[in-house]
Amino acid sequence: MSGHGTFQPQNKALAWFERRLPVFGLLHSSFVAYPTPRNLNYWWTFGGILTVMLVVQIVTGIVLVMHFSPTAAGAFDSIEKIMRDVNYGWLLRYVHANGASMFFLAVYVHIFRGLYYGSYKEPREVLWILGVIIFLLMMATAFMGYVLPWGQMSFWAATVITNLFSAIPLVGNAIVTWLWGGYSVDEPTLQRFFALHYLLPFVIFGVVLLHVWALHVVGQNNPDGIDVKSNKDTVPFTPHATVKDSFGLICFFILFAWFVFYIPNYLGHSDNYIPANPLQTPAHIVPEWYFLPFYAILRAIPSKLGGVIAMFGSIALLVFVPWLDTSKVRSARYRPLYRQFFWILLLVCIGLGYLGAKPPEGGYVIAARILTAYYFIHFLVILPLLGYIEKPKPLPASISESVLKKHGGAPAAAGAVRSPDRNG
Amino acid sequence: MRKLTVALTLAATVMAAPVFGAEEGHTPERLSWSFAGPFGLFDRAQLQRGFKVYREVCSTCHSLKYVAFRNLAQPGGPGFSEAQARAIAAEYQITDGPDDSGEMFERPGRLSDHFPSPDANEQAARARFGGALPPDLSVIAKARSYESGLAIGLLDFFRQYQEHGVDYIHALLTGYEDPPAGVKLEATQAWNRYFPGNRIAMVPPLSDGQVEYTDGSPQTVDQYARDVAAFLAWAAEPHMEARKRIGFQVMIFLIVLAGLLYFTKKKVWADAHA
Repeated sequence: MSGHGTFQPQNKALAWFERRLPVFGLLHSSFVAYPTPRNLNYWWTFGGILTVMLVVQIVTGIVLVMHFSPTAAGAFDSIEKIMRDVNYGWLLRYVHANGASMFFLAVYVHIFRGLYYGSYKEPREVLWILGVIIFLLMMATAFMGYVLPWGQMSFWAATVITNLFSAIPLVGNAIVTWLWGGYSVDEPTLQRFFALHYLLPFVIFGVVLLHVWALHVVGQNNPDGIDVKSNKDTVPFTPHATVKDSFGLICFFILFAWFVFYIPNYLGHSDNYIPANPLQTPAHIVPEWYFLPFYAILRAIPSKLGGVIAMFGSIALLVFVPWLDTSKVRSARYRPLYRQFFWILLLVCIGLGYLGAKPPEGGYVIAARILTAYYFIHFLVILPLLGYIEKPKPLPASISESVLKKHGGAPAAAGAVRSPDRNG
Repeated sequence: MRKLTVALTLAATVMAAPVFGAEEGHTPERLSWSFAGPFGLFDRAQLQRGFKVYREVCSTCHSLKYVAFRNLAQPGGPGFSEAQARAIAAEYQITDGPDDSGEMFERPGRLSDHFPSPDANEQAARARFGGALPPDLSVIAKARSYESGLAIGLLDFFRQYQEHGVDYIHALLTGYEDPPAGVKLEATQAWNRYFPGNRIAMVPPLSDGQVEYTDGSPQTVDQYARDVAAFLAWAAEPHMEARKRIGFQVMIFLIVLAGLLYFTKKKVWADAHA
């Protein structure tokens, strides 16, 4: 990947191998010698956290599959068997189910970090778009995984979401029948969702490799959003980033363990412990929390097709953010106006999430419409205009200068403790 | 910064407005359960009493198909000995087979058997209850809940409150009352304060003194409801005690590790800011 390819193995066997396939050199240059900006804060640890979460989901998922039965008659029973009779089956399942939520929590932090510090801007456009693709794949994977326990919410979520495709003119109904493998959500649907739920994580893994590759080509962005100019601006990945990422990861795991061991069903819906019943619709069909903002956008639009377009559009829009943002300055630290609009956008997204959980009636619908409109206005109007209106603050001359200024030449250790998390 | 404050206040107002949609129904009372909280454990005597209530009352209509007799003697459960669980199993007749001549036959239950269902199938149950289906009770304590609103919901994260299902079961069993004037019920229906829509196809199942307790606990509907709800909490989550015990060990490990990593990080980065 980039630079620092100076790995010289001492071991003779290793050196022999390295001359034929320089894989250790690649790992060394990517994860040991790789120069990382010295001003990164803890919001930058979420990339590593996400990689670990992907591995956690794949490993627990593979073991769960050994005990799962993807049939309409057997799925719910086999989940209960995992919970009761498989050794530590309850642990595997709760880690996997809550792991999905933690994965999304981390990815939302990661995305909003990118938005705050302008990590999508030149030359990181491809890196950002790969990230949007990963996000879409995650959503598809999580949705299909949620269907597998074949509870009431599984079944009805599958029905509602697959039905969205019927909004497509002319071919909509044919597409839905094709997706279902029949004329309603049934065993064929469950089985194809199961197959795809097993496949997609490995696709995600592949795109993650591209994402990391692209990152190592263009280098990491940083809280000041300025380019690395000299060796003084960076520290080697190992030990600096390794130990910092590890600390961030373990703190994240404490929250994860809080859910898994003490409130494993807090983020789930109780209706999903009722076996799927095609004849009985639940009072409120709600998706998992991480889909709620998109669900609110879907329901905010009075027309079905319009809602579907708005929902997918709200994600597709992210692809164009590198070009919608016209400002030359990356980091919101030096963009006084953008910074305020960033926080408003975050609140709007949280508000949409809240409204997605509420029934689509009365004031909730009006609020959802206002917030949906604002979401699109933020990206399509505010973001392009700000580049012309805003007067950015002066940028520091270099990363090292900014770090030293912030710590005022004080004893280094004290500064190192306080440095993270002040922004964002 | 001031604009940010204004935005925050605005957003908070929108989020907090409780008048938007109409929520109906009564919220069950939160009880204090021995198994709530990070160190909560089941009360063995309560689980045994609850099991008695299930066996003598609920099981005439409700199945408990995911629970096996061996579970009764499992650690973290009602604390029956293996011999006791074996004796309980033997009181049930289980349909087994087919045998060598191709016939199904009845035999006394064994530890490995699951609790037999009161009806042969769903249709038989519906026929017996005028179209209504008594739900299986194995995971009912996790399959029922109630809305507590945003603020209390967030608070529940911090105090680790997961006992909504048992609160509901207790409330339902004690929530029978006379229907409001002018409301006509079918013969198979009853009026329940906590049941969605109030018309419930389960006529009041419990009455004071109905189940005999030998440990001196009050033989009241309220006590029966508490005990059977606790029993169903265990039935829904038989490994809860192991989960919390391991969770505590994991937490200690993670916190110590986080502390060590924190100081390592501090040392590694000591020269990076100078």
